[in-house]
Amino acid sequence: MNYSDTSITASIPFLSLENVRKTYPGVVALDGFSMDVRPGEVIGLVGENGAGKSTLMKILGGVTTPDTGTITVDGTAHKGLSVEGSLGSGIAFVHQELNLFDNLDVAANIFFGREPLRAGPLKLVDRAKLREMVAPLLKRVGANFSPDTQVADLSLAQQQMVEIAKALSIKARLVILDEPTSSLPLAETDKLLDVIKALKADSISVIFISHRLHEIERVADRVVVLRDGMLAGTLGKRDINHDQMVKLMIGRMLKEREKASEAARAPGAVALAAKVIRTPAYPSRPVSLDVRRGEILGLAGLVGSGRTELARVFFGIDGSLGGTLELDGKPLVLGSAADAVAHGIFLVPEDRKLTGILLDLSIAQNISLPNLPAHARRSLVSASAETATAETQKKNLGIKAPSVQTRTGTLSGGNQQKVVLGKWLAMNPKVMILDEPTRGIDIGAKAEIYGLMRALADAGVAVLMISSDMEEVIGVSDRIAVMHEGQISGILDKDQFSQENVLLLAVGKQPK
Amino acid sequence: MSKKDLGLLILILVVGAIVAIINPRFLLPINLANTSNLIGLFGILSIGQAFVIITGGIELSVGSVVALLGTLFVDFIATRGMGWPVAFVLILVLGAIIGLAHGWLITRLKLQPFVVTLCGLLIYRGVARFYTADGTAGFAFGQNFPELEFLTAGRSYGVPNSFIALIVIAIIMWVVLHRSVFGRYLYAIGKNEEAAKYSGIRTGRIVMAAYVICGVLTALSAIYFAMYTRSISPASHGQFYELYAIAAAVLGGFSLRGGEGSLIGVVLGTVLLQELQNLVNLLGIPSSLNFAVMGGVILIGVLVDQQWGAFRARRLMIDAARKNIVGAAAE
Repeated sequence: MNYSDTSITASIPFLSLENVRKTYPGVVALDGFSMDVRPGEVIGLVGENGAGKSTLMKILGGVTTPDTGTITVDGTAHKGLSVEGSLGSGIAFVHQELNLFDNLDVAANIFFGREPLRAGPLKLVDRAKLREMVAPLLKRVGANFSPDTQVADLSLAQQQMVEIAKALSIKARLVILDEPTSSLPLAETDKLLDVIKALKADSISVIFISHRLHEIERVADRVVVLRDGMLAGTLGKRDINHDQMVKLMIGRMLKEREKASEAARAPGAVALAAKVIRTPAYPSRPVSLDVRRGEILGLAGLVGSGRTELARVFFGIDGSLGGTLELDGKPLVLGSAADAVAHGIFLVPEDRKLTGILLDLSIAQNISLPNLPAHARRSLVSASAETATAETQKKNLGIKAPSVQTRTGTLSGGNQQKVVLGKWLAMNPKVMILDEPTRGIDIGAKAEIYGLMRALADAGVAVLMISSDMEEVIGVSDRIAVMHEGQISGILDKDQFSQENVLLLAVGKQPK
Repeated sequence: MSKKDLGLLILILVVGAIVAIINPRFLLPINLANTSNLIGLFGILSIGQAFVIITGGIELSVGSVVALLGTLFVDFIATRGMGWPVAFVLILVLGAIIGLAHGWLITRLKLQPFVVTLCGLLIYRGVARFYTADGTAGFAFGQNFPELEFLTAGRSYGVPNSFIALIVIAIIMWVVLHRSVFGRYLYAIGKNEEAAKYSGIRTGRIVMAAYVICGVLTALSAIYFAMYTRSISPASHGQFYELYAIAAAVLGGFSLRGGEGSLIGVVLGTVLLQELQNLVNLLGIPSSLNFAVMGGVILIGVLVDQQWGAFRARRLMIDAARKNIVGAAAE
């Protein structure tokens, strides 16, 4: 084992990044970041949500170029890569969301757009040759299905293998796997880890991004940890272990945060209670959770842990497959979002532009929409009533817009989010669910939204805040429930708050 | 009235003026009365279609429904001896039931509107032909229904009552579409059904109601068409009428994606379509070219509208960019 380690160290890096910096308006996404990847090396890349991993991926994929710094691929230095340049030099991506045509078979997917053609004017696809070309690729990734299988009939792990085979077909020298296992069951994960080992044996480099630290432990030669856009540290093969990674991921701020929190508030009565609810996303994992009046319950967890799905059940968008909901101790049956709204359960959804607001409608029209009958006389909409409500919300929330007749599509993200909040605040919330309420919002507006949530809680509303932003969860919540793969892995009270504890629960371990 | 509607109105007037100059018979009272009668008949049909299109749906079966319900109506009063007010209400109820069935299949069983109503197009046409054994439904010699005939095919002060009916319906439906809570929901659903659902709107019920409105208005126009032609051969009666209705809506500024369009627009769209038909007759253009003229005008109209929209969007962007630069410089 040690021999192979030294041979890797000796070889020239296939890819190296030096002092890469990338800023977006108001945010430094990557700062002074350097790393290198040698042929046949498996790098585990870890970091919290928002640590800069996606920016790094965008730079390597050629989707965006860094402000400063150099990228050296195969001995050639670049200021930035283009999409074609990245592909051309042998960097291939396998994304969390697969880019396969599930109505085509495996062979057609792997060589899509590059099919071998038969001679003749019709340029028909040479199926026999295609199959011949695909077979060895499938063998290399250890696939046990035939090139003729429909992609729709494959399991998720098998589809990942198809993606990897696709990467190999373009003679990839570096395969970047972006959270490939986050939606895989455990047995399937093993198969995928074997594929990574096979790639390594072919001296293809791998960057493996995962929130599942034990998988990183199993396959990585080296671990690169990102934190706040900077390199938090690198762990060599012998130092890779769970605790080290977690320590580097959360860094120094551990102690400060705990102090910043105030004394715990007296908990109110339970407003919304979920009793062994089963969501369509994780039908085999029941969830029980209480949200109390007057508290902000933070719901933390990694992307894909089932938080949004739970919120959709609470808001009546999805039916639960079992279990019961209770509101103020009375059983609650939700057939639709309209039912939830009628009971005073409101949701500020994660995807603002698709589900939060109607971009083509004005601020006033958006705010009145859930409660339109109250803004109407004899079922005719009263423009003056609408305007009055909207003006009140505009003033209270500080929505920056020329007037309440302005189309919401022209507003900034923060102001759009305030419109979403405004439409619910204009009614009487009992339970307010906010899914990633400050995502993509500038810092000023963030603070205002935190203030609003606290004001709601103080007014006796039960607030459930889903957030992937660790500081936000710890800074804003009164209690934190953490989800891991569809289940509540633990609930932390104020005195147990720490980034480390939240992260441990999020990866399925016990807090300290 | 929006700018789009105003543009359409000007186009109608310009085309009218040109036709009148070439052939002054265009302005004869008899020609105007005939044309406005047809505008009335098709207008009622098109308003129904518009309510479905605003939700992002489509209703392809209206031509067949006009044939089926027209046949039934004539049969009820001419051969079955049913009182016409009873038959009138019964036909409207049947129209509502057809709309409800379509809406239910679309919102509850999640079938695509195109598929559901295409099947309707085939089914109702077949049933109508079967009902009369492929014969013609009509009135016996000397059969008269004075009140009904006055209301449908009669005139008041020289204006066809079908046209007056359209105006009344248009005013009511304008209020429903542009002023009522229900109308706002329709627009919201057409623009973004998901967001509407997340705002607590029962989108399924609203969409279903749109199909019911379309069904009722189609049934009403079926009665008007039946009383206009007075004899119905179900194999051809009402054929392509769904396309007239869709064309009127598209000309009137409706987007087939939903969420866009005005009631004045669809009425003006109907007017322009009938004006074009009239133009083909009056200018001695071979009537075989009828559809080609209609198709050509719709295509040009939509193209101009789309290009104009893109041009304005570009202008807005350039303006905004300029403002930003000035703003940045001021800071």
